Amino acid sequence: MAQVFAYLNHKNGVLDDSAMELINAAKAISSEPATAIVCGSGIDAVATAAAAIFPKVTKVDNAALAYPNAEVVRKALVNVIPAGSVVLFAHNTFSMDCAPGLSVKLNASFVADIVGIDGVDGSALKAVRQEFGGVVSTHVSVDMAAGAVVAVRPGTFPADDSKSAGGAVTAADAGDLSAKRKFIEIVAPEAGDVDITKADVLVSIGRGIEDEENIQLAMDLKEAIGNIAEVSCSRPIVDAKWLEPSRQVGTSGCTVKPKVYLACGISGSFQHLGGIKGGLIVAINKNPNAPIFQVANVGIIANIVEFIPALTEKLEDMK
Amino acid sequence: MEILVCVKRVPDSAENEIVMNSAGNDIERDDLVYSVNEWDNYAVEEAIQIVEKVGGTVTVVTVGDADADEILRREMAMGAEKGLLLKDDAFDGSDCKGIATILKGAVEKGKYDLVLTGAQADEGAGAVGGMLAAMLDLPYASLVNKIELGDGKLTIGREIEGGNREMNEISLPCVLSIQTGINEPRYVGIRGIRKVSGVEIPEMGAGDLGVDAGSVGAAGAKVKKVDYFVPAKGEGAEMLEGSTEEIIDKLIEILKANGGL
Repeated sequence: MAQVFAYLNHKNGVLDDSAMELINAAKAISSEPATAIVCGSGIDAVATAAAAIFPKVTKVDNAALAYPNAEVVRKALVNVIPAGSVVLFAHNTFSMDCAPGLSVKLNASFVADIVGIDGVDGSALKAVRQEFGGVVSTHVSVDMAAGAVVAVRPGTFPADDSKSAGGAVTAADAGDLSAKRKFIEIVAPEAGDVDITKADVLVSIGRGIEDEENIQLAMDLKEAIGNIAEVSCSRPIVDAKWLEPSRQVGTSGCTVKPKVYLACGISGSFQHLGGIKGGLIVAINKNPNAPIFQVANVGIIANIVEFIPALTEKLEDMK
Repeated sequence: MEILVCVKRVPDSAENEIVMNSAGNDIERDDLVYSVNEWDNYAVEEAIQIVEKVGGTVTVVTVGDADADEILRREMAMGAEKGLLLKDDAFDGSDCKGIATILKGAVEKGKYDLVLTGAQADEGAGAVGGMLAAMLDLPYASLVNKIELGDGKLTIGREIEGGNREMNEISLPCVLSIQTGINEPRYVGIRGIRKVSGVEIPEMGAGDLGVDAGSVGAAGAKVKKVDYFVPAKGEGAEMLEGSTEEIIDKLIEILKANGGL
């Protein structure tokens, strides 16, 4: 049976919570004890935290790994992971940078962003993925005979927070870590004029708003609701430059926790949903199959370009 | 700068309602409208802007059948000078690694300073760029949303979590996958399409590329899609029904009850 490794993300000396999910993903693939890999510089505390979750931990401590530059980490992983292994990642902006190339260097199969494991049949991993923004799913068969690199969407497996693994930490030598890509710095987003994280009500718009001039409809609804409301949006609206980046909700934008989130014409990609951490979600969308209806508390099937002005008018009448 | 941009023809998610077929094992493909993968338009625009600054050539390449010709022409109408169609029955059924293997053959037949891909396409794997770079032993960065030109190198920004941008220096030649929002892809009018309609687009097959036919296509695929399905629905939302007026009255009650008014 293949040996399973899990690459663990960490930041500022703190292990990412995805580690507690990856141990369960590892158990779904193999009954052999899984090995966590932590790479970095001065990472004893992280390795100790990993050992509470995984039965075995490989620590790769090297000054060149002080920042997780994917090109450098990949070299370290190729040096410490034996051929034929299964390597797990949490699917995120780091795995997208590192995992596909790693699979080439390990001569292993690669599957990204899986949302389920249906089991293992011989050397075939039966995984589940989503396509078309979650409207349909696919069963995927991954040949693990020569190893596999698997990126697991966060939230797919329950977190094992028992912290009872009592694992052993082993140090490994990273080997040659020279790379043709150099990390410079992290640039924080510019603060916008608005702070959507403070609003009680978010009128949040997506592709369904159709046209730049319709943005005003959302602004009018915000005015009708009052000072507790603000207008936010999903990624396509910022890409189109119709609203500023500080209004974007999602993993690549802001994380919000309003009392009410009015998702207007937003289909509900997991990247968008990753930015909503609480409150009542009201979804208004003309497509009854939009994934947002699966996570919303309240759903309305309507064209937002017609529905929003009607709601605004009613609120104005009530004043 | 000689730039190769890898593009893909995909079902247009804005133009289609994706539904299951009657057999329940695939999506209904009969009346699908196809277009260029959204991310690829940003990659082509970025390549054109670089060439406008420093000179050079933009070549767009795709792996596909005869239908893929139209998307190459669309990108050429944007301003890419050359097109290249990688077409062979042996390519059918390729997984991500197969596609990267075919593209590697094309990259090695040319002399490119920079290879761009979209950060992801319809299947959402975002894998081809990183695989291609590793196969070519070139440096790679994904989710690139900023490029500054330097001498023999680029300074690039990557989109990471929370709206942060990770700045890197990367030496040329390299492979970058481009994130949406990096620029505003230019509009392509019918006149632009007409202008490139007569341009000949060369085709290359496995033999031309020096690609072992057994390493690509369905024969070489280690990741295989078994079927499509619609996942069992959970509880889902409480749906408000009735006339628009009735729905709005119910919604206002709900907003009041939850601190939204």
